[in-house]
Amino acid sequence: MKKRITAILLLICLLFALSGCHGKQSRSGFAVPTHFDDQTPVEIVFWAKNDTNKNQVAVYQQAIDGFQALYPNVTVNMRLYTDYGRIYNDVITNISTNTTPNVCITYPDHIATYLTGSNTVAALDDLMDDPRFGLGGSEVRFDAPKKEEIVPEFLRECMIGEHTYAMPYMRSTEALYINEDYVRKLGYEVPETPTWDFIWEVSEKAMEQDENGLFKVNGQKVLIPFIYKSTDNMMISMLKQLDAPYSTDAGEILIFNDTTKALLEEIYIHGKSRAFSTFAISGYPGNFLNAGQCIFAIDSTAGATWMGSEAPMMDIHEEQVVPFHTRVTMIPQFHPDKPKMISQGPSVCVFSKENDQEVLASWLFVQYLLSNGIQLGYAETEGYLPVTKKALESDEYTDYLTRAGEDNKEHYRVKIEASRLLMENTENTFVTPVFNGSASLRAAAGQLIENTVKGARRKQEMNDAFIKKTFDEVRSLYRLDQIGNTAEREGDQAAAEKSNPLPTESVVLLIAVPCIWILLIAYKLWEKKKAQGSH
Amino acid sequence: MKKALVPILAVIAIAAIVLCFVFNGQKGDVSKQLDEVKAQLTEATGLKEAAEAAKTELEGKVAEMESKLAESSKPMTHDEFIAAELDSPVVIEAYVQANQSWWDGKIKLYLQDENNGAYFVYDLACTEEEAAKLAVPGTKVRISGVKAEWSGEVEIIDATYEIIATPYIAEPEDVTALLGTDELINHMNEKVAFRGLKVAPSKVEGKDDEFPFLYAWDGSGSRESNSDLYFNVEKDGQIYTFTVESYLCGAVTEVYAAVEELKIGDTIDCEGFLYWYNGANPHITGVTVTAPAAAE
Repeated sequence: MKKRITAILLLICLLFALSGCHGKQSRSGFAVPTHFDDQTPVEIVFWAKNDTNKNQVAVYQQAIDGFQALYPNVTVNMRLYTDYGRIYNDVITNISTNTTPNVCITYPDHIATYLTGSNTVAALDDLMDDPRFGLGGSEVRFDAPKKEEIVPEFLRECMIGEHTYAMPYMRSTEALYINEDYVRKLGYEVPETPTWDFIWEVSEKAMEQDENGLFKVNGQKVLIPFIYKSTDNMMISMLKQLDAPYSTDAGEILIFNDTTKALLEEIYIHGKSRAFSTFAISGYPGNFLNAGQCIFAIDSTAGATWMGSEAPMMDIHEEQVVPFHTRVTMIPQFHPDKPKMISQGPSVCVFSKENDQEVLASWLFVQYLLSNGIQLGYAETEGYLPVTKKALESDEYTDYLTRAGEDNKEHYRVKIEASRLLMENTENTFVTPVFNGSASLRAAAGQLIENTVKGARRKQEMNDAFIKKTFDEVRSLYRLDQIGNTAEREGDQAAAEKSNPLPTESVVLLIAVPCIWILLIAYKLWEKKKAQGSH
Repeated sequence: MKKALVPILAVIAIAAIVLCFVFNGQKGDVSKQLDEVKAQLTEATGLKEAAEAAKTELEGKVAEMESKLAESSKPMTHDEFIAAELDSPVVIEAYVQANQSWWDGKIKLYLQDENNGAYFVYDLACTEEEAAKLAVPGTKVRISGVKAEWSGEVEIIDATYEIIATPYIAEPEDVTALLGTDELINHMNEKVAFRGLKVAPSKVEGKDDEFPFLYAWDGSGSRESNSDLYFNVEKDGQIYTFTVESYLCGAVTEVYAAVEELKIGDTIDCEGFLYWYNGANPHITGVTVTAPAAAE
């Protein structure tokens, strides 16, 4: 009986020992599976963003159909968004319930926040370098770009710290779309690289009205000479051009400085005269430009199909359109000899899941989005640039660029000129530091301008008290005083997690098992001694 | 004795002279001090009078400003709102008719009062709990904000609110006859009705197919994405585009399903809010087919 009990106890201990060795399955790194299971059905969810453009939706659908034809056991379910903010919020909400999508169009700023959750976004380094399923790997069933065939600057923008957390999908910058006819009517010529002074001067000149209250330059009651779509980019670009502080890489907030103050004071002047406004205050710049009610409109190169009197996309009635010649230049500069403009555009990330095959399928789909057919198809819907050299240097793309102006749809001149703008200025582009909270800081940068222009329009006085109030309000609204502390705490947390401690259950078992063995051995010895004693 | 007397008297005399000077000097200091004190008193009296005058003036200003504040807090009529300058502060009272769903700490409201004064409140900051109270149709609110115009739509922004009781739901005003006229804009943001309109074809650019409606303005959306619905209606040979704004009436609502069931040629009555986006762009909340399209 005692032997039976001892044997059972030993067996139980052995089982515990086996489970103690494995502990809880960790998803801290993705291990590339040894093979792709092309028999078991896999469903992946793809959250995609488009610019309210059916052609872009068609390209996504083409990508899904093409991929599913190559990988018949994989089903891609797409959900469409037209707003990055909505994707961002929905992902954040779904992280807590572990119901994130598999693949998502995103920005690095957003990924930095997603990463505050545990093992959410997959690091792609091992996947990229895998010889079978990596970029252009031997077992990838389509012509995927190799790592060196992706534009390196664009790939670097997807790194956070030492790891790559996304692949670039499309790239764009901002452009200045100009009603050249009105500029000439005002007695100016558009320079090769407009300066901020030029823009302000012409805009103020354009505010002259006749005795009937109509603006002289356009003969209409409405004119907003200069409208900027994304005021966050406006502030960020101005600071960058002046080499003024914005933030450190670690997340220290530096935007509330004298240069920012001086910029806001200048912007106030033109907000007060109504020579300048923003999308949030007045409406989409393209609508005003096309109606002859704006001279300088700044928007993404990905908005080029909406700009100009012959634009293929219009949000105003035909009878409101006023014909004019559209010039496309880079955004205004403080130093034309050292131009700087933002690099932006969607990237795509993969979320970690328990099922390795799901993650692998997601990664393969991401690679499919980088294939030439999809890259060229999507880039040509707007003033985007493909992110692979393979696509950029292809005959098809080269031919596309040479056909600017052939028609006002696929070869719309303004759109192609906007794409060329980025192509010719890739080395002049920049990105802002990415950290948890960088998305909030970006929003705060724009809010400073919005508050200033609104304040000017509402006849509030510009003085140190106004600046202080604006700084305080924005700091509070976006909780910027917490961001620096959070970045520091996360640095400590990251360092602690690096040592990768064992789960508690494993520790308990590793202590308990030897103790049980010791007890068992002690009991045996005692029994033996007792037996010897009885003999 | 006699010989000592002279020097003693001399010393006394000298001492007396010295003491005289001393006392005279002291008397002069005191007098000087007295004069100084008198001068200070005069100055202080003057300051006191000036302070009292300033106090009276300030009290007057406070009263004036309190009066202005009370005046500015007084809700304005709809006509006064229309007449107010853009970017000027406004205060109105009206009843919640509907709302676009709360998101990211903000809600959008469609308001109307008993005299058909209608307003659109953009991105009113509130918590989700507060939004649930605001979203109850008929809730009377006082809105203090700034009048603004965005792409032609006159709205109230940067607003705060106060909930006042007594529900009121507006009856839709039939503005069918005003379609295509300059008078339609006078009913911006009101709850309106259109009667007897015919569903006209919608097209996707580059294709010949005709649709009774589109998901998103260019057909790029889907029901799964809760896209807005756009459909065309015809009256007297003119085409107008109406919208089911999905944040107001999403894919789970009756009107969304009703529009999805429309056929080209159906005659419909519909109602909604007369929103403006570079022209009339009603946000439709109800559709009824009064005469189906003739079967082919």
